[in-house]
Amino acid sequence: MSGMAPEVESLEYVLEGTQPVGSFAPVLVGVVGSGNLEVLLEPRAGTGCRFEVETSARGFGEIWAAVVRDFHERHPLAGLQVSIHDMGATPAVVSLRLAQAVAALPGGTR
Amino acid sequence: MSLPLTQRISFAECSARERLAHLLDADSFQEWLPPGERVMSPHLAQLGVPAAFDDGVAVGRALLAGHSVFVAAQEGAFMGGGVGEVHGAKLVGLLRRALRERPEAVLLLADSGGVRLHEANAGLIAVSEVMRALLDVRAAGIPVVVLIGGANGCFGGMGIVAACADHVVLSDVGRHAMSGPEVIESAGGVEEFDSRDRALVWRTTGGKHRFLLGDCDQLVDDDVAAFRAAAVRALDQGRALTLESLEAEHRLLADRLDAAGDGADAVALWRRLGIEQPEQIPDLSVTDINALREEHPA
Repeated sequence: MSGMAPEVESLEYVLEGTQPVGSFAPVLVGVVGSGNLEVLLEPRAGTGCRFEVETSARGFGEIWAAVVRDFHERHPLAGLQVSIHDMGATPAVVSLRLAQAVAALPGGTR
Repeated sequence: MSLPLTQRISFAECSARERLAHLLDADSFQEWLPPGERVMSPHLAQLGVPAAFDDGVAVGRALLAGHSVFVAAQEGAFMGGGVGEVHGAKLVGLLRRALRERPEAVLLLADSGGVRLHEANAGLIAVSEVMRALLDVRAAGIPVVVLIGGANGCFGGMGIVAACADHVVLSDVGRHAMSGPEVIESAGGVEEFDSRDRALVWRTTGGKHRFLLGDCDQLVDDDVAAFRAAAVRALDQGRALTLESLEAEHRLLADRLDAAGDGADAVALWRRLGIEQPEQIPDLSVTDINALREEHPA
């Protein structure tokens, strides 16, 4: 527990979407707890879908990239900010939370 | 009075925001400092812990059966519902705003182990400010109702906050005390309190015990509808905050300590209340316990 201070890892991904989400009130799902995460969806200018991840589990950037890509293939949303606070959730849990967040958008599952 | 198990929605298993949605009138909750505003802990990132967008508590105004209320719900799954600097400031802000805008009541959905140790000094100050603000609200004649039924119970500084309120509602799975089981075991040894003995933990801190001793006002099933009904009943249950009422409470606690003697546990206390088969209490339903308290008031 000495030497290097533990740090939260920050990751960012921007993907171009084709389905504009338009304006909506921010959506929050999940909780920052062990093996869990919270996902906040907000509208964003432009056609990009931007993911910002803060995670306590360092060194899993490639897996995050794959999970985000997989989500965006199913929901190629445009004009969306996805902000994530993660405490070591597995890729399956992350995918489920992302799907839950999209289902909570006005208009439901897209 | 209680729904069959299959029709209940467990209060304990809901998140803070789900509890608000079930407890309050539909779509009436208007949040202050919602997650999108990102008012978060300035301390956690330095310790390698991700922050939460709402710092683990949602505060705002709402309607309860048409009555205007201010409400706070702690998220027990984030840091054990621990009170950090921002979390505490949101609670204090809610209570101070209540002094200005005078809702009919303030509801606190507590689910907390107490001060968040990651930001302990700030959290301790915050909890003391919460207590002061809560007592100011009571002194202004606005009842403060605490609802406890989450997995963390209500311990430490939040345990004291709950004890300062006008009215406390617990479920039978809810727990309320000052020092939590692990804290007592660390300080006093396993002979004093075995924190892994779940039956001991619940009969010492659990809702049934608190209710039978008169420390809580309503005992309900672990059901969001039961909590809502209890909160509605509590709306006009303010208690005068006077020197006389405090002295009476101190006398009650001193008498209880005297009567307990050395090493008496909950079962012995229940027997002293005149309950004939006290060892059966952990197996009784909430309805049975309510009937027992009618027969044997503390």
